[in-house]
Amino acid sequence: MTSILTNLFDGVAYGMLLFVLACGLAVTLGLMNFVNLAHGAFAMAGGYVCMVLVNRMGWPFFAALPLAFVSSAAIGILLERTLYRHLYTRSHLDQVLFTIGLTFMSVAAVDYIQGSSRVFINLPAALQGQFDVFGVGIGRYRLMIIVICGLLTVGLQLVLAKTRFGSRLRAAVDDPRAASGLGINVPQVFAFTFAFGCGLAGLGGALSAEILGLDPYFPLKFMIYFLIVVTVGGSSSITGPFLASLLLGIGDVAGKYYVPKMGPFVIYTMMIVILIWRPNGLFGRTAAR
Amino acid sequence: MNASSDVGYHAQRQARWHYGEVAFWLVVLACGFAFPTRYLIMTDILRLALFTMSLDLILGYAGIVSLGHAAFFGVGAYAAGLLALHGIVNEPVLALIVAGLAAMVLGFATSFLVIRGVDLTRLMVTLGIALLLEALAERFSNITGGTDGLQGIEMQPIFGEIPFDMFGKTGFFYSLAVLFLLFLFARRVVHSPFGLSLRAIKNNPLRAAAIGIPVNRRLIAIYTLAAFYAGIAGALFTQTTAIASLDVFAFERSADLMLVLVIGGTGYLYGGLIGAVIFRMLQELFSTITPQYWQFWIGLVLVVIVLIGRQRLHRWVLYVPNLIIKQVAGRKAVVAVPESDA
Repeated sequence: MTSILTNLFDGVAYGMLLFVLACGLAVTLGLMNFVNLAHGAFAMAGGYVCMVLVNRMGWPFFAALPLAFVSSAAIGILLERTLYRHLYTRSHLDQVLFTIGLTFMSVAAVDYIQGSSRVFINLPAALQGQFDVFGVGIGRYRLMIIVICGLLTVGLQLVLAKTRFGSRLRAAVDDPRAASGLGINVPQVFAFTFAFGCGLAGLGGALSAEILGLDPYFPLKFMIYFLIVVTVGGSSSITGPFLASLLLGIGDVAGKYYVPKMGPFVIYTMMIVILIWRPNGLFGRTAAR
Repeated sequence: MNASSDVGYHAQRQARWHYGEVAFWLVVLACGFAFPTRYLIMTDILRLALFTMSLDLILGYAGIVSLGHAAFFGVGAYAAGLLALHGIVNEPVLALIVAGLAAMVLGFATSFLVIRGVDLTRLMVTLGIALLLEALAERFSNITGGTDGLQGIEMQPIFGEIPFDMFGKTGFFYSLAVLFLLFLFARRVVHSPFGLSLRAIKNNPLRAAAIGIPVNRRLIAIYTLAAFYAGIAGALFTQTTAIASLDVFAFERSADLMLVLVIGGTGYLYGGLIGAVIFRMLQELFSTITPQYWQFWIGLVLVVIVLIGRQRLHRWVLYVPNLIIKQVAGRKAVVAVPESDA
């Protein structure tokens, strides 16, 4: 019984992490209809920035996290303004090729700068170990992830639903032409959203070094997970990807624990079945845009 | 001359063999005799060319974007390996066909999943299938040898007559023969009414359906055929290298394949062949400059190709050859610019 609860807890933490990593992709892929396979590269950038700051320069972990966000967002906006925006109107094949190219470049570049072995971020003592709640082992680090990611999710939902920017974004996504006719600067909204999504990925990358492992092949290894979150979750709201992440996180942890040899098999089968059953995602809108 | 016979006339003109094509194959054959020390890499290029031709059939002609084409390559590779290892089918040519058929069955079964949905769903489903097979191959390591791969494969002589030699000479000419035969068949297919209907589907599925083309059936057919080709390529890989490991299913293989096709150009059969040559050359070049980081430069090539625009690039590349051909032959260029892409 307690092992089930511990697994559930780990799964939720894992899922939350995936959500923060992938929700930027939900916007670019789901809303802007741009296939960005290089999303993991931004996450990796954040992770490595955090690692360098904490391990080499002795910054406290919690001070390095915002910087991971900022640096990934900066790289994101730089690339969006210089490269990505030329490709919004191109075919999916072009977008796939372009972003695979970027991914390969990022993998080799990080390998060159930091070496190919897995890196760890030195965590403060307060985050290490675990404590028991009614016999259920709760890892401190995972608890922190749940808290941070939970707050972020609530914040994102509020921004999207309540603020002026949120309504602009939703308008721009629903119908870019009508939105720009109403005086909304659609490219600017998209650029900002893209950068913010990259920043979140960077933050997720920094947080995930401990759980998912951080090495130069991170963008390739976890690309499929990000894509699953977005395609299964659909893109009509932030809740869809969120639920999909939780499902994926819990499913993956449980799969690896109970049927260790079948672990990845379960996830991929689930994804294919869901895509066949609901091509627009579990929580997507029914009409194809 | 009425419209339909006009179409037939042009289609037949297109399908005729050009001098350039004959010259191309003569050069390929001559390479086999000219560089006897380079058989291994040349065999590798032929294999890649066949594999790329398979992707071209679905991407260039039918417009199906696939990120998991390595699935069929892998099935073919493992099928050929297992057949040889357990002595089920000893004769390589027969084993090749059986391995191709195995991939074909998988292609047929998964084609129903792939024809549903839009580009994005297709990308995901094809990628998912390749990953699924990789996970399966790892899971059933008692059959596939797991991460070690299949080892100790010994190939019997072709037709019981021609043994494989250690320099790869047999392997090269064997691969070349297979490639050429399959090329002839693919050439026949894409110039047939069936191939023309595929192009119609690629340009506009809705319109194609409106003029009475059974879109889904055609897509299933070409996807199955492409799977057969990829399976043969995989089987050739196992037969000429005598190994089959998990990386036959790897995502990088599918991604590289796209790059090869894009370098060569989609939508004409020579694209895959030319792309394979250029890609391997680039790879050799980059890995002599930076053995560990050649992937960076491959990535850069991809990014640059997309940013410049594939069509513009091909026009530039073909500018000089076309100029020469125009001067010599005094008629419309033989080297075709590939059509617009999916």
